[in-house]
Amino acid sequence: MTQKTIDIEVLRYNPEKDYKPSYQTFEVPFADETSVLQGLQYIKDQLDGSLTFRWSCRMEICGSCGMMINGVPNLTCSSFLRDYYPGKLRIEPLSHLPIERDLAVDQTDFLQKLESIHPYIIPKENQSVEEGPFKQTPAQRERFYQYSECINCLLCYAACPQYGLDSDFLGPAAMALLHRYNSDSRDDGKAERMPIVNAQEGVWACTLVGYCSEVCPKGVDPASAVNRNKVNSTLDYFFRFMAPKGAAE
Amino acid sequence: MATRRPYMRPMAGWWRRNPFYLFYMLRESTAVFVTLYALQLLYGVYTLTVGQAAFEAWLARLQHPVYIVFHALALAAALLHAFTWFNVAPKAMPALYLGTRRVSDRTVVRVQFVIFFVVSAIMLGVALGG
Repeated sequence: MTQKTIDIEVLRYNPEKDYKPSYQTFEVPFADETSVLQGLQYIKDQLDGSLTFRWSCRMEICGSCGMMINGVPNLTCSSFLRDYYPGKLRIEPLSHLPIERDLAVDQTDFLQKLESIHPYIIPKENQSVEEGPFKQTPAQRERFYQYSECINCLLCYAACPQYGLDSDFLGPAAMALLHRYNSDSRDDGKAERMPIVNAQEGVWACTLVGYCSEVCPKGVDPASAVNRNKVNSTLDYFFRFMAPKGAAE
Repeated sequence: MATRRPYMRPMAGWWRRNPFYLFYMLRESTAVFVTLYALQLLYGVYTLTVGQAAFEAWLARLQHPVYIVFHALALAAALLHAFTWFNVAPKAMPALYLGTRRVSDRTVVRVQFVIFFVVSAIMLGVALGG
């Protein structure tokens, strides 16, 4: 039996040689269980060792292998070549992010934004080891749980045209994680994070396109995190406006 | 060490690249029709302050096929506007809890549709009955 093959068109860019990116097509044999990532690995191992792309876990946990497949942001480890057959695939680096080389993008901007939101629990008062852990009921955990599922794969940034048009926008994943900590009953860092929410580059750059929530591979709903914080930002504004100067919170 | 020269792809024509973006643009453009309709209605209210003759002239003008086509388009746009907003409302409002149980997004959307149809039916009843 002859093995089925599929054409994979890859956007190539070598910053040392190319003025701009261009497409190169590879013919890749595949079986029912061959993922798109494995297709790329076949190219790298058998056809062109210079093809550059990121990957690690192969099971939708690490968030490294996000790419555009036929214009849609996807994790290549959990997308399968069979679903594109008999058509072909066009694989590009994640949209809206600078291409470093071939399919690898520069993630620096997101990582800086992630750091800026203080993505950790800021307790009201630190507790000693003897005092035990901060406790939480299942109902309290439920309030933030889905947002903590984010794996920083950046598919939502590739889905967000507002981020593409103005990369100052904090963006979906960073806002989802900000909301995750603000909604955590053990956290008391909201006052530190609200200026980030309130800024023009915070929630107000979002126009609720909603595609971020559509493409998230982990079922996080970043659009809800951003838009719920528009309400929070408005309330925050009015409360600060109404509170007498120097009054305690 | 290799030279870094990150390449930024252009955004021109971004909204044509994906059907999702195209629908988003359609959703947002409904605001144009809603605005025109509101201005037109406002003008009607203004003619009331001028006098009965002006108001009736305005009513007569509305019989023109151009106005009828415009109103049909504005109605379609307003419905799309309303329905798409019903669908995104769960994302824009704080998460609702009944006791400890989260009210699902689907329930929130459905309740809005039910209210919409009930209120519309009552208003239609009043308008046709009165």
